[in-house]
Amino acid sequence: MVAVFINIFALILFIVSFSKNKEKSKQALKIAISKGIGLAPQLISLIAVIGIIFAFLPPELIKEFLGEDFSLIQVGAAALFGALMMIPSIIALPLAGSLIDAGASYTPVAAFITTLTMVGFVTIPVELKELGKKITIYRNSLALLFALLISFMIGVFI
Amino acid sequence: MTAAKDIENQNKKENKKEIRAKKREQKLKKNIKKTVKTLIFWVIILAVFRYFFPDHFPAAISMSSRYLKEMILVFPAVLIVMGLDDLWVPTTLVKKYLGHNSSLKGKFIAIILGTMPTGPMYIAFPIAAELLRKKASLSNVIIFLGVWASLKVPQLGVEIQFIGLKFSILRFIFTLISIIIIGIIMEKMIDTKVLFKND
Repeated sequence: MVAVFINIFALILFIVSFSKNKEKSKQALKIAISKGIGLAPQLISLIAVIGIIFAFLPPELIKEFLGEDFSLIQVGAAALFGALMMIPSIIALPLAGSLIDAGASYTPVAAFITTLTMVGFVTIPVELKELGKKITIYRNSLALLFALLISFMIGVFI
Repeated sequence: MTAAKDIENQNKKENKKEIRAKKREQKLKKNIKKTVKTLIFWVIILAVFRYFFPDHFPAAISMSSRYLKEMILVFPAVLIVMGLDDLWVPTTLVKKYLGHNSSLKGKFIAIILGTMPTGPMYIAFPIAAELLRKKASLSNVIIFLGVWASLKVPQLGVEIQFIGLKFSILRFIFTLISIIIIGIIMEKMIDTKVLFKND
């Protein structure tokens, strides 16, 4: 259902683009293909790792670590993990989905995704250079704090 | 004189274009090689896995193929949207519109523009710095950065497919509110006039 919608959306955008500018649309397809090939190694690894993890790790174990009885420490650890990691979110989202399928609860997964996107420890050097110490420190620490809030709110409302 | 210079400039431009095209081609080749290597690596791993744990193998394959199927359904479309974004929403457009800012309208534009282009964060930081130097309000720039990082339209498609619509809607709403609050807090606490005085 969702996939159908996304594909129709992409198709409509492409038709509109093609009717306005053929060259540009062809180039967009080229960009899409090269981006896809750039992501392919990670996607292949992800698919394989998901298979192996699920064949071995019993869901009970995932439930125990990320399931309903999570503590503040677990959510904090998930948030910290997300802040430290540098994974494209397009790769991280299917992984997060697989954890939820296996019985992880939404709060730690939300914490991970939110910090992964909002807080970037790895990109801090670039941010420092471009925006200065003050903005970088405020932005990242506020984002980390709000990421925890967001994940608990999601946990409450879902 | 000027004509000669023009021709020279054009030649330079074309040269640059060629170099860029070549670089892109090299990168593509490298990525194809990497993909093939990764594929071979995992086939070997799975063969070893099958040899040692024949009982676990079917479960692994069924799980992997389920995810493979879902990815094939979604990823080509997402990539096409990203490619179209790249060409139709150039960063110059972002600079043009985010420079002017009336309070509420500026925030709205920052949000809309943040959801569209699909570059990584390290492209967004220099844009943010330039906007600040051009006296865009700090809150709008921070909102733009936050939305750019976490509320991209193509990523939302992947999120809905793999995690769920409700999760995605909740995350979108709470994240958007948080980003706006962070922007406002930072504008209250940091004086941008002092920050870029030394430039």
